[in-house]
Amino acid sequence: MKVAVKGTSYCLNHVPEMAFHYGNTPYVERKTRGESEFLKELTSHLQSYAKAAAYAPNLAYIGAMTLGELERHPQPWLENLAAEPVRFGRFGEIMPEDEFLGLMDISDVFDIIWLEERFSAAVSEKLRKNPVIPETLLGRLEKGHTLQEIEREVSEKDALPLYFEGKVVGCSRKGHEIDECLEAYVLLENVACKAGGVLALLHLFRNTGLRPEEVDFVIECSEEAAGDMNQRGGGNFAKAVAEIAGCVNASGCDVRGFCAGPVNAVIAAGSQVAAGARKNCVVLAGGAVPKLFMNSRDHVKKGLPALEDCLGNFAILLGEEDGVSPVIRLDALGKHSVGAGAAPQAITSALVWEPLQKLGLGFNDVDKYAAELQNPEITLPAGAGDVPNANFKMIGALAVMKGQLEKSQIPEFVREKGIPGFVHTQGHIPSGVPFVGHACEWIKAGTIRRALIIGKGSLFLARMTNLSDGASFFIEPPEAVKPAQSVTKEDIQRLLLEALSEVASSLKAE
Amino acid sequence: MDLQNQQRVKDAAEKYGSENVVVILGSSDAEGAEIYAETVTNGDPTFAGPLAGVPLGLAVYHVFEDAIRQEADPALWEEQIGMMEMVLDTEALAKAVAGMREQYSKYAI
Repeated sequence: MKVAVKGTSYCLNHVPEMAFHYGNTPYVERKTRGESEFLKELTSHLQSYAKAAAYAPNLAYIGAMTLGELERHPQPWLENLAAEPVRFGRFGEIMPEDEFLGLMDISDVFDIIWLEERFSAAVSEKLRKNPVIPETLLGRLEKGHTLQEIEREVSEKDALPLYFEGKVVGCSRKGHEIDECLEAYVLLENVACKAGGVLALLHLFRNTGLRPEEVDFVIECSEEAAGDMNQRGGGNFAKAVAEIAGCVNASGCDVRGFCAGPVNAVIAAGSQVAAGARKNCVVLAGGAVPKLFMNSRDHVKKGLPALEDCLGNFAILLGEEDGVSPVIRLDALGKHSVGAGAAPQAITSALVWEPLQKLGLGFNDVDKYAAELQNPEITLPAGAGDVPNANFKMIGALAVMKGQLEKSQIPEFVREKGIPGFVHTQGHIPSGVPFVGHACEWIKAGTIRRALIIGKGSLFLARMTNLSDGASFFIEPPEAVKPAQSVTKEDIQRLLLEALSEVASSLKAE
Repeated sequence: MDLQNQQRVKDAAEKYGSENVVVILGSSDAEGAEIYAETVTNGDPTFAGPLAGVPLGLAVYHVFEDAIRQEADPALWEEQIGMMEMVLDTEALAKAVAGMREQYSKYAI
């Protein structure tokens, strides 16, 4: 049983000022210690759009650079920026902060986001030039409010100011007088996540030629929770995103699982398509505001730019096999079961070795593995190591334990089967799925024949279980679709005559 | 070390006595392991958590140190940890933690 990957999109929203004010690390610092030395120092570590859009890993994420090019790009990537900033890639774009604030307002249906009127007008002109944003959406951008109205909303009604170039250009308002689930911070986080999902979906339309009204079902798999105090995580981002993007014939639902959410969502969506329950299904997610500047304390300490200044978004379109699009195999999924154990060895075994066994394959039958794909230039200074590299080493070490590789071959295995980490530390975003777009391109070009996409999630963070979670799936080249065989009138006559002749013979024999 | 884990270590030391608590680290990064070891011996170097200015001096080891390995069931070690031994720089991890232990631990196993 298989499902086709019809297309993908990947976008970043470069939002350093949102990160500075509302990324969890600086936000908590400000709340607990006021304008501390760290926060004062952090202001000089903010990165410009021009730099973010010339940073090789960001370009690889939006498809403006292949992973081969990224591997060959001189390191450290931070000191070897591209000659020019690049906004659009084959998969999507890096959207600047002012335009993203505009897109948040466009995506808002409850008057949560207010923009200052001159800012709104300026942003409208910029968004008009974006090839994926239709006129109908531009009409949703509010004319705006006076700065005095915005300041009053902030000082008297607990709204949170939104900034651009150091100035207040709008605010995120609260949705209820006392409900903590609808306070301004939560709604800012949720509207940003929703807007990121909308942007990814708009790029998916452009990349696949799919029309909004052709979307049958959307599954959203971010890490945010939309709800009120009576149902904290009630949902539903998927349908909210589909509404803004004009998917009038679609419905949707949300799937959660921390960083394992996207892989689980792809499996859920793919299964529905393969079963014939849905004609097609889009899996998508916007980014996580709290995770912006998560490791900024370490980046500041080490004199680096605060690199975690982008929200990450993606969308994947799954449909029936067409003989052209790469396929996801649903008959050999990796599943980290409750009883599997929490040691890395047990997790790697459940997500790599067990699905390989289901197909009678060995470790070398997979050309590329993609697990947690965090950019090491973000994680290494924070003491979290090179996460993708550690994952590939673990897979290599497991191959050694299963007698399929010599220990001395692990470095070569990692070089051959791994890919460079190129993704922002946005939780759900780095976990396997950013490779789907690149993998499909390589499969179509015949560069690789099989990839294993692995998602792993830290469920224990929610204090409900000490378990972690994981899921995985293979992507392979398509098989030629067999034409449906039709039966002619002559075929039926021939079969009837054969049957009657058999009956006559048996009667004669009696 | 996150604030919750610092609190858990502090609570355990108060409940059982610092001389009866051994911290075994599983960190995959030597620099991280060093900071965790410093936190449970000399106090939180970032001055952000419950162990800021609290030098518990606990006995602290990395799971890959020989002293810990010798305590483990070899079959269980192979099943749970053997793979990671091939992946990580075990010597660097052990050295990072031992360095902090030698400077600041008041107890040992």
